[in-house]
Amino acid sequence: MSKSQMIQTDVGSALSVDEIAEIDAELAHVPYKSGAAIDALKIVQAKRGWVSDESLRGIAKHLDMSAEELEGIATFYNLIYRRPVGEKVILFCDSVSCWISGCDDIKSKISKLLGVDYGETTKDNLYTLLPVPCLGACDRAPVMMVGDDLVTHLDDKKIKELFGKVKTKSTSSSKAGPKSEGSQ
Amino acid sequence: MPTIFIDGQELQVKDGENVLEACLNAGLDLPYFCWHPAMGSIGSCRQCALVQYQNEDDSRGRIIMGCMTPVTEGARFSLQGDKAKEFREAVVESLMLNHPHDCPVCAEGGECHLQDMTVMVGHSQRRYTGQKNTYRNQYLGPLIHHEMNRCITCYRCERYYKDYAGGKDLGAQASHDHLYFGRHEEGVLESEFSGNLVEVCPTGVFTDKPFLKQYSRKWDLQSAPSICTGCAVGCNIAPGERYGKLKRVHNRYNHEVNGYFLCDRGRFGSGYVNSDARLDYAGIKKPDDSFMAVHQQQALETAAGWIKGKKVAAIGSPRASLEANYLLREMVGAKNFAAGFSDTEAPLMSAVALILKTTKAQIPSIKKIEAADAILVLGEDVTNTAPRVALALRQSVRNKSFELAAQMGLPQWQDAAVRNLAQDQRSPMIIVSAMDTKLDDVASECISLAPDQIADLTVAIVAALANQASGNNEQANQIAQILQSAKNPLIVTGSSMLNLGIIDGAVAIAEALCTDDTSAMLSVCVPESNSIGAALLRSGSDDAIGLTLSDLVNNAPDVLLVMENDLERRLSPDEMHKLMGKGTKVISMDMLENPTLGASDMVLPAASYAESQGSLVNMEGRAQRYFPVFEPTAERLPSWQWLLKLGAITGHKALSKLNHFDEVVAACANSQAEFTDLARAAPDNSFRDRGLKIPRQTHRYSGRTAMNAGVSVHEPQQPHDTESPLAYSMEGLNRDQPSSLTPFVWSPGWNSNQALQKFQAEVDGPLKGGTAGQHLVVSSTMGYTAISSLSKGASQQVKSTAVKMQPHQWQLVPVHRVHGSDELSVNTDEIAELAGCAFVALGAVVAEKLAVTDGDGVVLGCGDTQLSLEVKVLRRVAKNCVGYSAGYKETLALQPATLVTLTKDAKWQRREPQLIASDRTIPDPIILDPNIAKGGSAHV
Repeated sequence: MSKSQMIQTDVGSALSVDEIAEIDAELAHVPYKSGAAIDALKIVQAKRGWVSDESLRGIAKHLDMSAEELEGIATFYNLIYRRPVGEKVILFCDSVSCWISGCDDIKSKISKLLGVDYGETTKDNLYTLLPVPCLGACDRAPVMMVGDDLVTHLDDKKIKELFGKVKTKSTSSSKAGPKSEGSQ
Repeated sequence: MPTIFIDGQELQVKDGENVLEACLNAGLDLPYFCWHPAMGSIGSCRQCALVQYQNEDDSRGRIIMGCMTPVTEGARFSLQGDKAKEFREAVVESLMLNHPHDCPVCAEGGECHLQDMTVMVGHSQRRYTGQKNTYRNQYLGPLIHHEMNRCITCYRCERYYKDYAGGKDLGAQASHDHLYFGRHEEGVLESEFSGNLVEVCPTGVFTDKPFLKQYSRKWDLQSAPSICTGCAVGCNIAPGERYGKLKRVHNRYNHEVNGYFLCDRGRFGSGYVNSDARLDYAGIKKPDDSFMAVHQQQALETAAGWIKGKKVAAIGSPRASLEANYLLREMVGAKNFAAGFSDTEAPLMSAVALILKTTKAQIPSIKKIEAADAILVLGEDVTNTAPRVALALRQSVRNKSFELAAQMGLPQWQDAAVRNLAQDQRSPMIIVSAMDTKLDDVASECISLAPDQIADLTVAIVAALANQASGNNEQANQIAQILQSAKNPLIVTGSSMLNLGIIDGAVAIAEALCTDDTSAMLSVCVPESNSIGAALLRSGSDDAIGLTLSDLVNNAPDVLLVMENDLERRLSPDEMHKLMGKGTKVISMDMLENPTLGASDMVLPAASYAESQGSLVNMEGRAQRYFPVFEPTAERLPSWQWLLKLGAITGHKALSKLNHFDEVVAACANSQAEFTDLARAAPDNSFRDRGLKIPRQTHRYSGRTAMNAGVSVHEPQQPHDTESPLAYSMEGLNRDQPSSLTPFVWSPGWNSNQALQKFQAEVDGPLKGGTAGQHLVVSSTMGYTAISSLSKGASQQVKSTAVKMQPHQWQLVPVHRVHGSDELSVNTDEIAELAGCAFVALGAVVAEKLAVTDGDGVVLGCGDTQLSLEVKVLRRVAKNCVGYSAGYKETLALQPATLVTLTKDAKWQRREPQLIASDRTIPDPIILDPNIAKGGSAHV
């Protein structure tokens, strides 16, 4: 069952009672309601894994903002997900230190193991693979984050330990990541 | 005045301006994208780069952005140096990476700022061979077409739409190379000013959708200087024509009136000019009530026969030109002339005309409105009745932020910094109205009161102003104090509530605020493009105040001339029937089929504003001239020409002496004191620019010999304009002409509307050709006194509301809509789509009581009349008030301040969203016989 299915929504709002309570706690710290926009998005994402159109409109209404204003903020940040992601998001660093340390090779192996490319989610909905410019751990390159855990000194052994048991060749075509109207 | 050096050239520049402005003021071509004279600088596009040097010895310099760099004494810049040029070319190259090569199919092509800048920086070779971004476009409603692939991410659209116009539903999304400008989801853009995106966007992301359906290039359009007839603001417009069709309307800069922006009614509401419902031929009613088409001459002869020796009266029109109204009054005499206002409106318009002539308060231009630092709006939803004024009010509340910026030493043009500094601090604007207004979001206080209570509040404010200590109305005291502490207070009111008490009260407040060092401003909104002109004409006649429509209903003449006026909008069905009944021969001239024409005995096809010339007097008393964009087709004639021809054929003493427009203007100017300066609204027919008339066509106008080849291969002679200093030609000069004669802006290298800066005396300043238009009435020191005889209408209203309200009764308040309330623009498909159907506006409490929500139906009971109308639920509604859609066909019979009952309409069918306008049924033409009747007169 996905996270979003477990959420009980408040009557008349796209947000849950818990979410509203947490957002209201943030509101106490800001002079303008819209000042809590990023926190509110993070709160909803923490509960549901991503921010749906419905949630976004719910937050906007709660903060007296237009959906367009909040959409601008939500889509500006790559780590606010406007499309569904897997249980865990793999943030794979492809920046310079990791690149020198051979991250390209590691990445293709991960892709092979999981059967997904950047922006894709495994069919069992466990992982979404996304690139990230830097995780601030260049001394331990190559690195990535799996969910909330930083995994350093990546090599074949480590990724096999992590992903070896995942059923492969189960690519879902749904792209994750920030909602972007553009595609290259 | 600091001195700066650009490429070694010494320039005297204005203190406080930025280097980009200094360059443009010096006539130098410095490319830019994101900067806009009305919106300032944010430095986002990096296009206006120059190299700045530390001193004379510095040979390396550093790149700076012209729009973000204030001028300082002795500063040295390089505009033409290699480094600066290379940088600017690189910027365009990077913008072009993702820009499609679709200029030939892009509506912006030929008037594209991006094209101009690309050519200007010399970027002519594409080196990038990769793929380009492609985006999904959104449906943004019937007015604006969206094509995101063309975006160069300058942010102008978002800054205009959100920051300048106060729209909420368009924004920037995502970041770096997938930036997206659009809505959260597809849908109609909500702002009444969305059309300006077309001109604000430097490329083809936002284009004019109705224009796309019948597209022509800018250089192929024939244009003329014109005035918008959508409301009484009198925005200057430049409509363009080709193939006998009005193609589009663009803004025409007037420093004091509309500046750079129009509302959507003005930009898109002219579709009616091309309507199938336009009258082509004169018609005479046959016994079976159908019309027989006749030639002009035949119609005139018949009309002359009817008029001869009979008692003739005439009804003019607040939407017809001053000249046409004048001729009509001359033809029948002031005693037999009604200006064409309804009986409720007439006393209000007389009062407004008197206010303009006598008030001590200053009647501001829109430019001056933007300078107000405290605003009191009384009874008017300005966004819906005088939209362009509302856009100015949105700017005036920013004066607080400019004050704060000045304290910090920030120049006004540092837009992002100034907005960041001010956050939501604004100059005070208090809105007192019966219901929601579209300016509520920037108001410091919104007070909901019924119209008569608003009038009462004005009395209390005047009392509070007279002696601040006394008076126990806390609200009034507070408002008085805010107004008194302002340097440039502004009172905005209008006639939309049809309540004279509010207007009189507004004048009293403004005059009470006038002291030796403060001159308060007073802006009175009126409904139609020439309401003030018609009101001045009416009150100015020596004989009397003129006729009212009810005078005519009660004392029917033998022959009645009706000019450009649909009486269904001014009279009840009973009165209309009585007036147009069998006893009276009615001769009507108008553009579009309407019930008045249908009930007439003879109809004459009038030219629209785009096919005729005349003067309109706007709400501040400014007379402005519009010129024909193209010759009227079929047998249409401008109303003033119909009247001259009728005058000649009947041998009218005064009219038969007049032959040309300029003679009519002169006669009108001599007729009464207010019109003395009428001729100064624009140069007369004899004006020549370096020996030539002003061309309506661009010098690249193409296909002149070929475009009618489908009809005939013989090249027709160009029409000859004998009445104005404009020519139906491309021959002539388009530079430095008087502003009232500027049909379009173009300058070498500047094909887009940004060429305007070459026509301005300085950046954002007046045009080199002066400011178009002429004030007919200038405010005096006399002071306005409400004339009791004029207040007849108001006292009647007071009486009607004095009736004790029963429970479950509500008082009707008119609600105006920018799309829907105007008579003419709603005949444009796109506007009709946006107008939706007639409605009742309820507060949330009443809606709950009736168990209805938005889109449900209620039955409105008013005497014997039962109307089933759609519900709109508003945020705030004054107690016991209910709004109705003013100016909508279905609700024309409703009168303000009447008491009504409301019940839920159980049978109501909710309207499907997004009804396509072209599916509407178009009424059958009233002249069924298209063949001109041959020979003989056609008396009925």
